[in-house]
Amino acid sequence: MISTSSASSLPDHQRIVITGIGLTAPNGNNWTAYRESLLAGRSGVSRYEIRYVGKTLAGICDFDELRYQKRKEVRRGTRAGSVGIYCANEAIRHGGLDWENVDRAQVGIYVGVTEHGNVETENEVHALQGYGNDTSFWSHHHNPRTVANNPAGEISLNLGITGPHYTIGAACAAGNAGVIQGAQMLQLGECDVALAGGVSESIHTFGIFASFKSQGALAEHEEPMRASRPFDVDRNGIVVAEGGCIYVLERLDDARNRDARIYGELVGHAMNSDASDFVLPNPERQVECVDKALRRAGLAADQIDIVSTHATGTGMGDVQECKALRSVFDESATTHINNTKSFIGHAMGAAGALELAGNLASFHDGICHATINVDQLDDECRISGLVVNEPREMSRTDYVLNNSFGMLGINSVVIIGRV
Amino acid sequence: MTPEQIRGEVADILADIAPDEDLSDLKDDVAFRDQVELDSMDFLDIVMELRKRHRIQIPEEDYGELASMQSTVTYLVPYLKDVEKV
Repeated sequence: MISTSSASSLPDHQRIVITGIGLTAPNGNNWTAYRESLLAGRSGVSRYEIRYVGKTLAGICDFDELRYQKRKEVRRGTRAGSVGIYCANEAIRHGGLDWENVDRAQVGIYVGVTEHGNVETENEVHALQGYGNDTSFWSHHHNPRTVANNPAGEISLNLGITGPHYTIGAACAAGNAGVIQGAQMLQLGECDVALAGGVSESIHTFGIFASFKSQGALAEHEEPMRASRPFDVDRNGIVVAEGGCIYVLERLDDARNRDARIYGELVGHAMNSDASDFVLPNPERQVECVDKALRRAGLAADQIDIVSTHATGTGMGDVQECKALRSVFDESATTHINNTKSFIGHAMGAAGALELAGNLASFHDGICHATINVDQLDDECRISGLVVNEPREMSRTDYVLNNSFGMLGINSVVIIGRV
Repeated sequence: MTPEQIRGEVADILADIAPDEDLSDLKDDVAFRDQVELDSMDFLDIVMELRKRHRIQIPEEDYGELASMQSTVTYLVPYLKDVEKV
């Protein structure tokens, strides 16, 4: 049974650390470039056009798909698969793993996704209309591209990993959920190296844009880079983004045995459910989730140096999260609060993992990046410690708490500590 | 379409399916799979692309006729002889 004691009291073979980070975001294709963009206030949101919806905005990644894939593999697979393959390869390199000598049967792949298969299904339905809806023209690639494990499976094929692979469907809490799953599988001894995080190909499905628009939750702005504006009084919705972030997770003793550089330790985590609404978040349940993660970490709220918010820029979602944060952190004078979606939009299944990665560098550079595009703070989003528009230097960062919530009332929190 | 035009069409399809391969020395009388890295899904891509381009419904029992360039062209001539090359 997995212990729920605070991480520091666990034996080293039950303590889980991050030893590699591979990512692509709309404003950076590796951890360093991404961090530079976040500190420079550089948004990755740009104009975008997609069938049926027309002109809109999105966070678009420009990583080189052919760095780790052949053209045939790109053609056969999915965008989510390519994102995952890029991030996994980058993470392995960044983590300094001696990959040729890693036992690939002992590597597990745990990839969070908000949704998968919509892109390919929409493409096939669209193409089929040109053939009079004759299903004999439906691609034989449709099933392998749309099975829910596809992004993780493509990583397995690309890297020759024969350990377990699957995706974790957890709406927009999926990035955190992937990390938690990877850590738990390491604690259970199901693998010795976990490639864990989340991916998003969501900008390639018109349905997600159309649905947010119908919900009144799709961001619009004349200046794309100012469209994603959580906490601002004029926020008007979500900017959909693609991206990915995969971590190399290992047990602390394994990481130390190979002299790996350690970027942080998963000292606490929690997931729970609102059980109250399909879309409206529930601050009481969010508080319970944060409290549970703090308890597991053996930490008080005022020991958290940075809270990375989930806020997406919707009217009610931001208010609900601020209510929750106010009740937990209002007395925490040294806790800083920021939001990464203001730079990159909402990277869906990748959001939690990417937003966490954006903050992990704070252990080394001692800076809390801001939430940008706040021209006039919404009074209902006023929370102490919110870092607005300009990054803030801190004396030291020991703990980062990362919120990630999703539709159907799924909540996730991870707390990473300095090692 | 002439046999030479059909050959060109099949070569185009193969180039799409196997974009990393050098197909310049493809031998007509040797099986595709012995010259190019193709699996069953790729082979189905050939069948699907012929269906999309020319509305040819190749029955599964005839798939073996598409083993090499020579056999493929021979098989397709009756289907495509009255089709104009676009």
